[in-house]
Amino acid sequence: MTDPATGTPAIAVDGVSKTFRIPHERVNTLKERALHPFRRSGYDRFDALSEVSFAIERGEFFGVVGRNGSGKSTLLKCMAGIYRADSGAIYVNGRVSTFIELGVGFNPELAARDNVLLNGVMLGLSPREARERYDRVIDFAELNQFEELKLKNYSSGMQVRLAFSVMVQVDADILLIDEVLAVGDVGFQQKCFDIFNKLRDEGKTILFVTHDMAAVRRFCHRAVLLERGKVVRIGEPTEVADTYVDLSFHRGAEDAAPREAGRIGDGSAEILEGWWEDEHGERQTILHQSRPCSFHARVRFAREVTNPAIATVFENEQHQPLMATSTEWTDGSTGRFEAGDEAVFSVHMDMAFAPGRVYASPWVAHGQQRVMDRRPQIASAVVVGAHVSGGLVDLPHDVRLESGDRVLQGQGGRS
Amino acid sequence: MSTLDTAALGRPIKGPSALGTDLRRLAQLSVTLAVMEFKLRFFGSVLGYLWQLMRPLLLFGVLYLVFTKFVRLGSDVQYYPAILLTSIVLFTFFSDATSRSVTAVADRENLVRKIEFPRLVVPLAVLLIAYFNLILNLLAVLVFVLITGVDPRPEWLAFPLLLIPLGLFAGGLAMLLSALFVRFRDVQPIWEVVLQAAFYATPILYPLEKLPDPDLQKAVVLLNPLATIIVQMRHTLIDNSAPTAWDAAGGMSHLLIPAAIVLGVLVLGFWVFNREAPRIAEEL
Repeated sequence: MTDPATGTPAIAVDGVSKTFRIPHERVNTLKERALHPFRRSGYDRFDALSEVSFAIERGEFFGVVGRNGSGKSTLLKCMAGIYRADSGAIYVNGRVSTFIELGVGFNPELAARDNVLLNGVMLGLSPREARERYDRVIDFAELNQFEELKLKNYSSGMQVRLAFSVMVQVDADILLIDEVLAVGDVGFQQKCFDIFNKLRDEGKTILFVTHDMAAVRRFCHRAVLLERGKVVRIGEPTEVADTYVDLSFHRGAEDAAPREAGRIGDGSAEILEGWWEDEHGERQTILHQSRPCSFHARVRFAREVTNPAIATVFENEQHQPLMATSTEWTDGSTGRFEAGDEAVFSVHMDMAFAPGRVYASPWVAHGQQRVMDRRPQIASAVVVGAHVSGGLVDLPHDVRLESGDRVLQGQGGRS
Repeated sequence: MSTLDTAALGRPIKGPSALGTDLRRLAQLSVTLAVMEFKLRFFGSVLGYLWQLMRPLLLFGVLYLVFTKFVRLGSDVQYYPAILLTSIVLFTFFSDATSRSVTAVADRENLVRKIEFPRLVVPLAVLLIAYFNLILNLLAVLVFVLITGVDPRPEWLAFPLLLIPLGLFAGGLAMLLSALFVRFRDVQPIWEVVLQAAFYATPILYPLEKLPDPDLQKAVVLLNPLATIIVQMRHTLIDNSAPTAWDAAGGMSHLLIPAAIVLGVLVLGFWVFNREAPRIAEEL
């Protein structure tokens, strides 16, 4: 590493553009070239990256997010020196190791020692360094018993462990990581993140390309969101992740039109519309978990009604009722409405439902028996959030574990 | 657009290239890859090295039988078997290094697309493996040469020098072919045919003096660097009375022509490879 006091960023990306040319007709033999020396087939241009600029500080854990085809992998490959940027420049200060795939160069026919050497050298170690680190690698991977085995006889889990420990022992200043974590089970992913945290604490700079917003929120100091090769947003990981989610769900959230089927009522009142709002009072089809939100329904009475009850139930995609509420639970009666009067009913809460689609089905009734209007699933929204507990709701709560003098405490249901 | 103070950032990274930024890394990577690959071939099968040796030996056995017993081309040439075997081993090196290099870059797609390294490592590793093989094969040849009655001479020490132009020639072609193959897939069958033609255009089966026309003899030595090397090999290693390359070429200065060919191929190969290197990962 160079002197951190100078404040030179670990990576600076300055106006980088990259265009791929995709020929309509690929000429890939000398014969064709010889037969038609002057024929040039047309090609499509695909702007994978256009004018991307940002800087990553030393010791930062930096997330790169974006939808498929947004250019994040191309960006990573440009930074890694696998692709050459068409214009702009990338400045890198420190030793870089790239992990587009774990265990690059691994050969199934070779034993662990040779593979560690091969992989280590590919990742930038000298052969001597790679040999010196072999014992640490094998210890870290907990594969001491299997050193002599050829890699093809390793289980896939063992191979990943080996690859991972090489990565940790390579000792790069800057790590470029491309969704290697997509492999492996939850336990393994946790181990990966533990390692990343450790590396981060050691002052390594980590750039991490991912789809996993939970990981971005949990680990990244900052993140950048790419869309069609352009920087859409850069900054706080939570904001970037929210923008990403908005972008990804935008189309999907509006799919569910209010259902007419199942509408019942005697026509003396009509629920005109129902909608969701966020904490700023903006209508939304996307709601963020544990943030304030509200459901609203506008009702018009067709004739004079005294003390009607307006209620709603919230359901998830499997039509399981998550929660129901009603004006019956307010203090006092709702009063008298003339024909033609309108009222807006609303429910305000912190969104505690598990991520997924949530429907609101409100109704207006008079007493217990007479339903004036019932509109099943009049409004739907997608709840987004990083936290998937497996439960239908995630209520704010505290977790405690006490044993003798030790007290372990944590909070759940709040992100 | 740029909001960065670029002056303070040092030099921008270069992107993929043939040589990379660190020649030591180029060398270390090439050697490591070559050693691993060689290990695989050596210990890969039960017979391992024996198979590596068998190919030139079998070819030698067949050709030896045909050209001494049936065609009688070589029966009156002194040390014909030794010359034949040594020439075959040298040609095997050349054909191995070049034909394996054709698909080498494409075969290593996994590496090329996923990691940054000097792209030249790929053909260089192929060349190194061919050299390792050659050295082992030459040990077997040495035994054979001694058995057939050739006496060791101090001139033998000059023989390894011949392997340098041979390697440069093969290396130049390796760079050229591996880069071309990324774009043109018919390079592979074309090169197979060229290699076969080269085998007959080189005095391997027939000693040079069996060519009827002295001008033709001269032309072969001048225009085919493989021929130049093999003619000189015969003089240095096996038969002191056989003509040297410069005698066969008609003067020391005439050897500048094959030298220029080797150098030309080397420069052309490097130029093409270097030009293609930045885009190989995208073209594959």
